[in-house]
Amino acid sequence: MDSMTIIAVASIVTAGLTIALGSIGPALGEGRAVATALTSLAQQPDAATTITRTLFVGLAMIESIAIYCFVVSMILLFANPFWNHVIALVPGK
Amino acid sequence: MHLSPDEIIYWQHGFFKLNATIAYTWGLMFVLALGSKLVTRKLSTGLQRSRWQNLLEIIVTGINQQIAEVGLRQPEKYLGFLGTLFLFVAMASLFTIVPGYAPPTGSLSTTTALAICVFVAVPLFGIEDQGLGGYLGDYLKPTVIMLPFNIISELSRTLALAVRLFGNMMSGTMILAILLTITPFIFPIAMSALGLLTGMVQAYIFSILATVYIAAATRVRKPKPVPAPEPAAKH
Repeated sequence: MDSMTIIAVASIVTAGLTIALGSIGPALGEGRAVATALTSLAQQPDAATTITRTLFVGLAMIESIAIYCFVVSMILLFANPFWNHVIALVPGK
Repeated sequence: MHLSPDEIIYWQHGFFKLNATIAYTWGLMFVLALGSKLVTRKLSTGLQRSRWQNLLEIIVTGINQQIAEVGLRQPEKYLGFLGTLFLFVAMASLFTIVPGYAPPTGSLSTTTALAICVFVAVPLFGIEDQGLGGYLGDYLKPTVIMLPFNIISELSRTLALAVRLFGNMMSGTMILAILLTITPFIFPIAMSALGLLTGMVQAYIFSILATVYIAAATRVRKPKPVPAPEPAAKH
């Protein structure tokens, strides 16, 4: 396997694994957050606006982790510097 | 497909590139400024007002209320900066309704610029409120050992602001582009609606986080406890 193939295979496999493993944690965290928010809404319905607002802010923070993984995955697929470098060397070979 | 509107270049001259990000940012600024100018030409203080003035008043008082709820004592001082952040990011996401438009916040340069604005604004507001010594003393709380961690947390939350907004906007447009090549009609519309919702939520998140950082830099110090009066002199 020459270096081009290794770079391609590593990028593709890593991109898939990054987004697959990286979405597990945030999904579980968001599930717990919404469950707790629903419990507190049931216990104190008149604090609904505060609870909902805090819930959305918390969800966005948790979502950020999944977004970081998604950005890394997209960079590996579409803006991969190692692949671009190796591809630029091809006409010279 | 392109990762960000930076790659669509309209005109190039040497080092300067007029790409879609710059064009759409200026277009947004133009629309916002011209719209506000047109609405505020004839303001009325009575009960009869135009609906656009009503809309603007709802937005301004809403943002004022949010800033006050986070804990800043004089919301008007910070309204210009925080309100602009919210309105710019919200409008940038709202205009995806227009076909052929790519949100400028989908480019890492725009979101980094906004995050650097927040990074610079927090010390400015903090020093204006507490004085230079008071603000710098914050970095040594709770102990001097926390100084490097406080500095690292400042830098990392700026980075997090930039990447969070960029990731959300970029993923919305990219999912839409991918879906349009696979399923033709209904599913891309649903994803476009979801993209609008996340755009609004991210605008709110960005400005609320900026508000919280500014509030953390300007919070009222607890006054030093007054020492108990000397016990009455012994007889």
